[in-house]
Amino acid sequence: MKLVIDRRLVLHVAALARLQVKEEDLDRLTRQMSEILGYVDKLEELDLANVEPTSHALELLGALQADAVQAGLAPEALFDNAPDATPPFVRVPKVVEGGGDA
Amino acid sequence: MNSTDWTIHEMADALRAGRVTSRKLTEDALARIAATDGKLHAWLTVANDFALAQADAADMRLAAGDATPLTGVPLAIKDNFNVTGLPARAASKILGNYVAPYESTATARLRAAGAVLVGKTNHDEFAMGSSGEYSAFGPTHNPWNLDYSPGGSSSGSAAAVAARHVPGALGTDTGGSIRQPASHSGIVGIKPTYGRISRYGIFAFASSLDQVGPFARTTRDAALLLQTMAGVDPRDATSAPVPVPDYLAACARGPQGLRIGVPKEYFVEGISPDVAAAVRGALAKLEGAGAKIVEISLPHTEYCVAAYYIIAPAEASSNLARYDGVRYGYRSRDVRDLSDMYTRSRLEGFGPEVTRRILIGTFALSSGYYDAYYGKAQKARTLIRRDFLDAFRTVDVICAPTAPETAIKLGERVDDPLAMYVSDILTISVNLAGLPGLVLPCGKDRGGLPIGLQIIGPAFGEERVFQTAAAYENARGFDWTWPEVRP
Repeated sequence: MKLVIDRRLVLHVAALARLQVKEEDLDRLTRQMSEILGYVDKLEELDLANVEPTSHALELLGALQADAVQAGLAPEALFDNAPDATPPFVRVPKVVEGGGDA
Repeated sequence: MNSTDWTIHEMADALRAGRVTSRKLTEDALARIAATDGKLHAWLTVANDFALAQADAADMRLAAGDATPLTGVPLAIKDNFNVTGLPARAASKILGNYVAPYESTATARLRAAGAVLVGKTNHDEFAMGSSGEYSAFGPTHNPWNLDYSPGGSSSGSAAAVAARHVPGALGTDTGGSIRQPASHSGIVGIKPTYGRISRYGIFAFASSLDQVGPFARTTRDAALLLQTMAGVDPRDATSAPVPVPDYLAACARGPQGLRIGVPKEYFVEGISPDVAAAVRGALAKLEGAGAKIVEISLPHTEYCVAAYYIIAPAEASSNLARYDGVRYGYRSRDVRDLSDMYTRSRLEGFGPEVTRRILIGTFALSSGYYDAYYGKAQKARTLIRRDFLDAFRTVDVICAPTAPETAIKLGERVDDPLAMYVSDILTISVNLAGLPGLVLPCGKDRGGLPIGLQIIGPAFGEERVFQTAAAYENARGFDWTWPEVRP
């Protein structure tokens, strides 16, 4: 693959992951990602042309539930953990700038 | 009388004979934790009143003749399980002051059997790490030598059992997080087959690899804990509808006729001579007791770390997308808008290792790189899994070291993530293949740190694993002792 991991790529990936990376951490993270992904290049040695991917180790039939109404958690119990809530709502900061005519 | 020295089975016998109460056992456990955890930092939450209330309920149940072997026995739970009413933070700042509003199936089954949950134990943040040092709340110390890590990620559960705070504990194992700390702390730990125990109510790290399992000080105690938790659960569609056999009966079977495979790839490059010698010594004991030892090959062993450190971070990056500061957990203050709230909450809430894994995983799943990284790792996983399927055509179990070396010194490797990853080489293959793996002590290195023998079985072959482990325990030829932690 011989991919070069640079600061720009790390910032791109961080944005995809909704993570902010501090300027002082950027060089270290770039170096560490580069080392780790360089190590992973070892998989290049394998001939995988005719190999099926495995997403789950065991071929199991899922334990399906009966399609029936069951008691769940009381909604109030969930608001106790909310950082900012007026049940039945959770409050968040402004989603879009501006206002007025849409 | 020092009840904290007792095993689960010894506690159960004493409780049923009326020689002790659960309240006394629980008070002894709490007293020992209070006296020694300042040195170990195994616990994140010690729930005194919560534990004593369960103990009193257990004593009533015992008096009523309605007890199971776990009724009244104090246990520790890793912080990445939800136990209703207790803090559950996965050892991360991002969970803020989260208190579990519901119960994991594994702990619900222990509680239904009457076990007393004493509190929550420390571990690497979101179970990502091999030394316990990535906990947002500081590292756990190894009871055998306080300068060393007890292993990870389930550092606190392992240390709490080795230090005799409690006779049993729960952990999770995604790449070795039960087996490696069991090895480094000199206790028994088993990661069961994927699907053997429900994952409902644990904080997801890598959903195709995560599995719940117990720690204990004897194989029989571990078998009892697994027995209590195993079995299909309608709340986890990946839990297996496979009957649960009698694991304690399996412990009594003896090693005659067992065919034990020893993978030659697990003894090469970088294995400490003390570890190799202790494991070879254990194999000789098993052979002497009637087992047959066969050399086998798992040819794709050298690709396990590379495949795992794409697959596990990829799944983690997806699972951890839910921590955004909206409905629960930590939320950054003074933010510009919603998008800023997400990114700042995640920056301030996640520690360095979790951040690295999210970045690696997001990269491996991102447009343009998916096939080259994630796709390849999944194909390599197929080859790794096939190695085991081939091996189990000729052997009943596989025995190997658990880790290339004994416990590391705290601070030694914390800034070298790749070296930390590579040290997982002997445990992660078992997660990639979804198999059961048990670890129990088989010796110490020249510095007095424990060494663990790993016993791997075929899928749903826990009986053979317990059979082998109990046979070795009987044949071991020395009494395993426990470390003293001075208050």
